[in-house]
Amino acid sequence: MDLENQKRVKEFTEQYGAENIVVLLGAAEGEASGLAAETVTNGDPTYAGPLTGVSLGLKVFHVCEPEVKEEFDPNIYEDQVSMMEMVLDVDDIVSEMTSIREQYCKF
Amino acid sequence: MMVHTPDMVLHNGTTQTTERIVNPDSEYLKELPNHLRTYEQALSYYPNQVYIGNKTPDDLTALPQPWYDKECDCAARYGKFGQIMPQEEFILLMQVCDVFDLVKLDKNFVAQHKGSLASNEIIDEGILSRVKDGIAPEEVARLVNEDHAEPLYHNNELVGCAARAHDIDVNLSAHVMHENIVSKASSVLALLHVVKSAGIQKEDVEYVIDCAEEACGDMNQRGGGNFAKSTAEIAGFVNATGSDTRSFCAGPAHAIVEAASLVAAGAYKTVVVTAGGCTAKLGMNGKDHVKKGLPILEDMIAGFSVVITQDNGTDPAINLGILGRHTVGTGSAPQAVISSLVTDPLDRAGLKVTDIGKFSPEMQNPDITKPAGAGDVPLSNYKMIAALAVKRGDIEKADLAKFTVEHGLTGWAPTQGHIPSGVPYLGFAREDILSGKISRAMIIGKGSLFLGRMTNLFDGVSFVVEANGGTEPEAAGVSEEEVKGMIAKAMKEFAATLLAQAE
Repeated sequence: MDLENQKRVKEFTEQYGAENIVVLLGAAEGEASGLAAETVTNGDPTYAGPLTGVSLGLKVFHVCEPEVKEEFDPNIYEDQVSMMEMVLDVDDIVSEMTSIREQYCKF
Repeated sequence: MMVHTPDMVLHNGTTQTTERIVNPDSEYLKELPNHLRTYEQALSYYPNQVYIGNKTPDDLTALPQPWYDKECDCAARYGKFGQIMPQEEFILLMQVCDVFDLVKLDKNFVAQHKGSLASNEIIDEGILSRVKDGIAPEEVARLVNEDHAEPLYHNNELVGCAARAHDIDVNLSAHVMHENIVSKASSVLALLHVVKSAGIQKEDVEYVIDCAEEACGDMNQRGGGNFAKSTAEIAGFVNATGSDTRSFCAGPAHAIVEAASLVAAGAYKTVVVTAGGCTAKLGMNGKDHVKKGLPILEDMIAGFSVVITQDNGTDPAINLGILGRHTVGTGSAPQAVISSLVTDPLDRAGLKVTDIGKFSPEMQNPDITKPAGAGDVPLSNYKMIAALAVKRGDIEKADLAKFTVEHGLTGWAPTQGHIPSGVPYLGFAREDILSGKISRAMIIGKGSLFLGRMTNLFDGVSFVVEANGGTEPEAAGVSEEEVKGMIAKAMKEFAATLLAQAE
């Protein structure tokens, strides 16, 4: 996750409390989604950004996960996400995200 | 055109210059020199041979990936779309392109390599007459050590420098001057090639649009410009003026739409769109390449030029009626972006996605991007276009993978930002359309405007190149008979519509 985004996630968490934050990802594949999810839960695995060694344990989802899709107005989802849903390996993304949440999510 | 610049990877690529500041003793910096390619290796790299036109994108598609470990059976330095210039000639060309006496070269280096620049088949007397003799090596070292000059190395030896153009103005610092002169010199080389391959005279060019990603100016006008005119001067386009167009990686597509519009409007008969390469991006993904035991594949400065001129009745034409544009209101969801660039313009023209023979979005070489975790960029774009085609009913979902092969291309362009952005296919597109292999190609440029911190917006523009309808060159208007015929045809069609409605 780029350093500027890590900084913003950290600042929002300090401002609103970790229990009130949900991070929503739109990464293009499983590995990248997993890395970003790990960054906002366990800390930056690349040891480069402000979240290095900071375990926020935030709730984190990918926009193509079923529980997120349910939250959307179906027409808007169709308009904005359905094309990428067709292109992405959603099963791989769901399995990466679930694994990270099970290990590190605190909420 | 391309230039093999291994020493600039070490000294000017931002991945390396940043690492040198943050972590000067890093393993990466120690290991990096062992991963640099020789000039011969760069010549025999398949994607480079595609870039200069000796191999085709189809050859690359047929070749199993990765490619860095395969030697191309063609290792020529010249191709129909340009050349792969060695670093030593390019350093001399930088000196040629500097008109403020900032590029100072060791006189021994000049003497040693002037002959090879002279034997370069695209370099003419006008260029050669600008080569200066150079200065004493001690003076070069002094400028670097005591006067903030940006060093120029060849084979790890100091052979010259780019001096700062102002004592305190950061916009004219040695670093910026070096970067801008590299951009200018590579653009000049592309200009020299393009007039030759297009078979026009330098004097024919009336306007030049530069669409690279650098900015030139001083502290009172940081991006004042004008690269275009400065390159036209060195290339000898005496009848040309010009200006710069910027939009990150979308710049080239914007510039070509502008050029085509200028020609269509009759403002200028012949416009050349041009861009040089970027030193900052050399070795950009070097850490991943070194970690995975690959050679440094981002060791090429690249540039391109495109001639856009009046309809000659045979060459493919840019259809200004089918322009895709990402607008302020489009939004940044990938679906919205691809719709605005691909399907919206096709809808307006009454075409299906499958009516476009080949799409050319960002043609980054996957050999470079995949080991760096960025995936196969062209393929991702094709999957998105295919998914939209499925949603519209233009193709079946089962044909999604087939679409990416039939309407897609395999990427071959170096990751120099604006360089891979759609345009590298134009040379091949011209051939594919002239040979009848395809009748239309869509070129798509996309740009990340947020990098400039002025807007969070994304950018994109697309245009369609299509087979020439056979219009007579310089057609002197339309005859009275033709006008009568057209009116009669329109009235017949109108009457038919009325009848159909009445029924």
